[in-house]
Amino acid sequence: MQHSSNTHSPEVTFHHEPAGDQVKKIIRTTVILSVITIIELALGFVIYYMHKNPDHSHSLVLFIKGVIVILSLLKAFYIVGVFMHLGDEVRNLIMTIVVPLLLFIWFIAAFLWDGNSWRNMRNTDAGHRPYPEKQVVAPKDAKKPGSVE
Amino acid sequence: MANVATSDIKWWGGGRSPFNVEYGKLMMWYFLMSDAFTFGAFLISYGTIRFSQNYWPDPNHVFNAFPFAGHANLPLAFVSLMTFILIISSVTMVLAVHAGHHMDRKGVIKWMIWTIIGGIAFLGCQAWEWTHLITGHHPVLVNGVVEEIGTTVTRNPWGPEVPGMIHDGMQVSKPGPVAFGGYFFGITGFHGFHVFSGVVINIIMLIMTLNGTFDRRGHYQMIEKAGLYWHFVDLVWVFVFLCFYLI
Repeated sequence: MQHSSNTHSPEVTFHHEPAGDQVKKIIRTTVILSVITIIELALGFVIYYMHKNPDHSHSLVLFIKGVIVILSLLKAFYIVGVFMHLGDEVRNLIMTIVVPLLLFIWFIAAFLWDGNSWRNMRNTDAGHRPYPEKQVVAPKDAKKPGSVE
Repeated sequence: MANVATSDIKWWGGGRSPFNVEYGKLMMWYFLMSDAFTFGAFLISYGTIRFSQNYWPDPNHVFNAFPFAGHANLPLAFVSLMTFILIISSVTMVLAVHAGHHMDRKGVIKWMIWTIIGGIAFLGCQAWEWTHLITGHHPVLVNGVVEEIGTTVTRNPWGPEVPGMIHDGMQVSKPGPVAFGGYFFGITGFHGFHVFSGVVINIIMLIMTLNGTFDRRGHYQMIEKAGLYWHFVDLVWVFVFLCFYLI
């Protein structure tokens, strides 16, 4: 038995200390996380200095923000995969954690869409227009389609 | 048995735990998944409200102070410090879990103490930041009168600037969206509460290690479970940092 197979039950064969130099892996991940954070901060400062210019490119700011979001997801991947050792678990366990999280794709898209639509309604007269109750659809003497005389 | 490659094992053939983890650890994973949805819902709600507004305060403008630096304009500096404190405490936690795998009691004690110190340092930083935001008053034009207000859940001094209007040497602003303070204090507060409970859990784990409970048990699984919670707290901060300070 390995030193790490600390179990009393024959059903469970813990082997959560995978082969390889763990400390080296931890240090490498720490460096990766720190470097990503520094890049994020640098991009944050880029946005800060762009905002000082009143006619900055909005689409470029949006693009930089998108890059920061992707870098954050990368950080999340390293924290969950290496620090939380999810990457070393049985595949089925990984799937029961990761697959439900796919709900976030709809969750984020639907609600940000809703927020955006809300702003559009704020900026137009939608929601303030009187409800067209007495709308005249057709003149009185108009023939109804299909009516027999 | 430990030498058999994982792919060759019939996990669902009966007679073994198909997920190869202990019950408590599996449940910790499912708890963290549900907690991820709680935090996700808060942050998405914040995003929805922010998308619905024509004006939202610039985080670089709001969070630009540093302790003992007076009125120096240092955007992102203090929150970077908080982020690094949390990353480093996550690293010391993973080293404690690693020491636990090797039944190295002294190592676990050392790294748990560092993790607890990191958590307390983070909470101290957050306390300073909240105090600074609540008590830092800024001139705001409310109904034609200049009032000095701080950031609370009902007031927001970070609105668009009133051009050319100076009060006591400070630029006067209009009131900003009220939701800003509520979301900021609500979400960072809920995260801070998680950090606090994580510190309490870590202290309990440290005491149990000092008592030799895990040596008697023959394994340091509890350190792993506490570690999962602590890393999750760090993970949430990645997204709080992203949503409130960076973008």
